[in-house]
Order: sequence, then structure tokens, then C-alpha cells
Amino acid sequence: MASNEIMTLNMGPQHPSTHGVLRLVVELDGEVIQKITPHIGYLHRGVEKLSEHRTFHQTLPLTDRLDYLAPMSNNLGYVLAVEKLLDIEIPERAQVVRVIMNELTRLKSHLVWIACHALDIGAMTVFIYAFREREKVMELYEMISGARMTSNYFRVGGLSKDLPVGFEQKVQEILDTFPGHLDTYEGLLTKNTIWLQRTVGNGVISAEDAIDYGITGPALRGSGVDWDLRRDNPYSGYENYDFKVPVGENCDTFDRYKVRLVEMRESLKIVDQAMKRLKPGPILADAPQVCYPPKESVYNSIEGLIHHFKIASEGFPVPEGEVYQGVEAPKGELGYYIVSDGGTRPYRMRIRPPSFVNLGAIEKMAKGSMLADLVAIIGTLDIVLGEIDR
Amino acid sequence: MAENNRAVVKLKERFADSVLDCKEFRGEVTVTVKKERILEVLKCLRDDLRYNFLTDVTAVDYLGQTPRFMVVYNLYSIPNKDRIRVKAPVTENDCSIDSATALWNSADWLERETFDLMGINFTNHPNLVRILMTDDWVGHPLRKDYPLQGPDREPYKGRLS
Repeated sequence: MASNEIMTLNMGPQHPSTHGVLRLVVELDGEVIQKITPHIGYLHRGVEKLSEHRTFHQTLPLTDRLDYLAPMSNNLGYVLAVEKLLDIEIPERAQVVRVIMNELTRLKSHLVWIACHALDIGAMTVFIYAFREREKVMELYEMISGARMTSNYFRVGGLSKDLPVGFEQKVQEILDTFPGHLDTYEGLLTKNTIWLQRTVGNGVISAEDAIDYGITGPALRGSGVDWDLRRDNPYSGYENYDFKVPVGENCDTFDRYKVRLVEMRESLKIVDQAMKRLKPGPILADAPQVCYPPKESVYNSIEGLIHHFKIASEGFPVPEGEVYQGVEAPKGELGYYIVSDGGTRPYRMRIRPPSFVNLGAIEKMAKGSMLADLVAIIGTLDIVLGEIDR
Repeated sequence: MAENNRAVVKLKERFADSVLDCKEFRGEVTVTVKKERILEVLKCLRDDLRYNFLTDVTAVDYLGQTPRFMVVYNLYSIPNKDRIRVKAPVTENDCSIDSATALWNSADWLERETFDLMGINFTNHPNLVRILMTDDWVGHPLRKDYPLQGPDREPYKGRLS
């Protein structure tokens, strides 16, 4: 048999380590990867097209379904973009709650990442532990929004409802127990020989290449680029919190792992600071043309009912213009570019998904490495197909 | 104001006849340039003004207006932590623009998506094929004249009962 024969291998879309419906056509020389052709779009639902036919409030639930592991980050990017177009001020309490929920979302998303990444490489225990602990955050989600995943909790102008009784206690439980959980994961992985052999020197991408390929989020910081939108272009009051931005050195999978672990600890620190800032107050902006009226007014007065009906049926007009709002989602920079023609629906809504752009670099990262390492590279990119295909 | 932005000043000086418009809205600067010189403008922004990160490439369909399409580039400067948006009008008859893949590799997939969903042809793109829709798909779904329910179905007329 000729030694230079290239074998073409299909991987996915139904493959446990491709994290959804990703299909890769891999060309191999022996076990060494020569070329990767990703095929995506199996989960394309046309969110951008749909949004052009819905009011600004009706578009919000669609954003939950992009990165379904981090729904609140998606909500936040969208509401911030619309609020920027409207130019309205959000009350302090709503901003603090948004920060708390966003950081818990980051924690939740990173827990799925560490669970699946470790499982792909062969560490089953971490998978079971991380999913068990993720349940605590899911319970909190259910408590405040009624849904475990598609929370749809934020609103243009603030929040859909105030926090329930017992919220503080539940968050405090998470703050008290999670540092210990994170120690457990680190104990299981950081000095584990198998883990080190699979991750150190795997999927190396230099800082210049990472910028060239548009990589964002922990994957970019793992390559040594010190850039975090929460700190550099603060939104939703992030300038008031004190947190470190971890940066890697060796640009490999192990450094990206360390960056994400530190990020989880930093998220807990931000939540702790935010809990201290949480004061009673309004949760919706003083913008009656945009926000739904309180339920008492809807049920007890004809004006309130008409007000609710108008916003629910017609929506609210948004000034003509275009804005781009990027937020630091768990996977990277999630951007919403919204063009408004002055009507009640977005004229055009473009979502800049971090996973989509990060996945574009997979061939660069995996070329020349072994097929088995590809699984580790997919894991370290932390992709979600709901967001890639939209 | 947009006129005082250092990038805008530089672009106006260097590409005086090609800058069509510059606007500031909600603190965001948008520069519209002729599509013939888009690569030079982007290169100038990347190399001389340190907008080294191509965040996004997309397009907007202004059906009924001429030119019909607007290709939008969102750039970010990691050293200076600021954004700029560059737009270039593209007509329906000559629906093409130079590909930015020569400057950034991230443009590869972003331009493929814009081609797939909006039907903008990026000349000199190394692999301009559909990315989200299937290869044999007809039409470009994000165009305003493409019906929401798809081209081969009756529009939804509400509940029958």
C-alpha cells in the first residue's frame, strides 16, 4: 500500500465529541491531519430573518436559543443593543441583577465546557461532578424565570420581574460551595498525567494568528492577548467591579483550560461584589413607551390594560439608526448589530456569534496533529452549534 | 463628533474622493466609502490606525433604494479599545466587492455567510461557497424580497378556524 495515501474520514454530525451537529470531513495521512472541512448549518433556524418579522420584545426569546448554554448572555447583548438605540437609562438594581445572572451564566457555561472537554479526553468523573453542580445554577434559573434553559428573564428596559424570596440565600450557597468544587476539578485534572499529555502543546495558535482568525474570549486570552470586553469596554456597570483577567502564555489547550478555571473563580468574585451592591429599587427604566406596565395596573385600570395591549401587539418604535453592541459572552465576543428604520421591528439584526468565528480557526489549530487531538481541540474551542448555525 | 475622530480625519485626508459619508450615532463612528477602494481603506485602518481586529462582516439589504446593498465591516482596535464601522454600497446589478480575506483570515467564513444569506459576491475569495444553507439551495434568504416562509410555500394567513 502506498505510504502517501490520503484517507478522507467523516466525523459527525452525530458524533458525541462534536458537541452537537458539527460535521467535519478530515483528510488524514496516516493519523496526521492534513485538511479539515467543517460543514455547518444543520441547526440553522433563520433567527436573523425571523427577527425582521417580530417586534423588539418578540425577538428577545429567539436570542435564548442561540447559545442555549448561556441564554442570559445572549439576552444581555440584545437588550443592551436595543437600549442603546433607544438611548434609555437602566436602573441600578436591574444592572446589578444582570451582572449577577451573567456571571452565574458564565459559570454554568464553563461547567458544561469542563465537563464535556474532560469527558472527551477520558475523565468521566469531572463530567458527572460538573453536571451535578451545574444543577445548582439551573435551579436558580428556574427560580427566577420559571425555565431552566430558555430563561428570557431580561427585558428591554430592565428585568421581566423582581427577584424571588430566597434568591440571596441560594446565591450565597453557590458562593460558599463553588470554590471547593473548583478545587476538586483542579485536583482531578491539573496534575493528572493523562490530562497533561492530552492538553499541553495541543492546538497551539499564536497571538497574531488568533487575532487574524478573529478568535475571542478565553481562547484568545489563552494565547496571551489581554483583552476582555467587560474591563475594556464596560457595559451594564462592569466598571464598578474588581476582577482579574487571566491570560495564558503557551497558547495551548492547557493554558486555555487554566484561563477558564480562573475565569470561573473571578466570576464568583464579581457575583459576591454584586450581591453587596444589590439594593431595593425599580427594576424597569422610566420609559413607559417601551416597558410593560406593572401587572396591578394592567388588571385594575383600563389605561394600564390599553398600555399593555399596545406594547404587546404593536411593539414600540425605535429611533432610526444602527448600533453594534458587543458583550463578553462565555465563549467570546457576542455582538448584535441592529439597524432600525424607525419602526417597531428590527430592519436588520445581525448576530456576531463567537463560536462561529472561533470554529473558523479549527484547521489552523489542528493541521499536523493527530486525529485524537482534534477531539481535544473541539473541546477547547467550546463551541455551541445553536449559536454557530443560528 | 465624527469629524474629529482621528481615523475619520486620516481617511478623509488619504481617500478624499472615496469617503462618501461619515456619521456618529450613539458614540459609534460609521464611515461609508466607495467599494472600489474598500481594501485600501481597510488596510489603512489595520496598519496605520491599529484597527487590527475584524469583528464582523455583514450586509444590509435596502430594497427599493439604489444602491441596494450595504456591506458592513465592524473593526476593533485591541490596543486602543475602540470600534469603527466601515460601510460600502453595492448595487444589485454589480453585486460584488473585493474580499477582505487578503487582510484577515477571519473574513473567510464571515464573507461566506454574507454570500450565502445575502448574495454578495466577494471577488478573490479563496472558497466562496454556501456555509449555512445546503449547496443546492436557490436564493439568498436574508434578502428582503425572499419570503419568510420560503419561496415555494403559500404565505401564512392565520388560523383557518
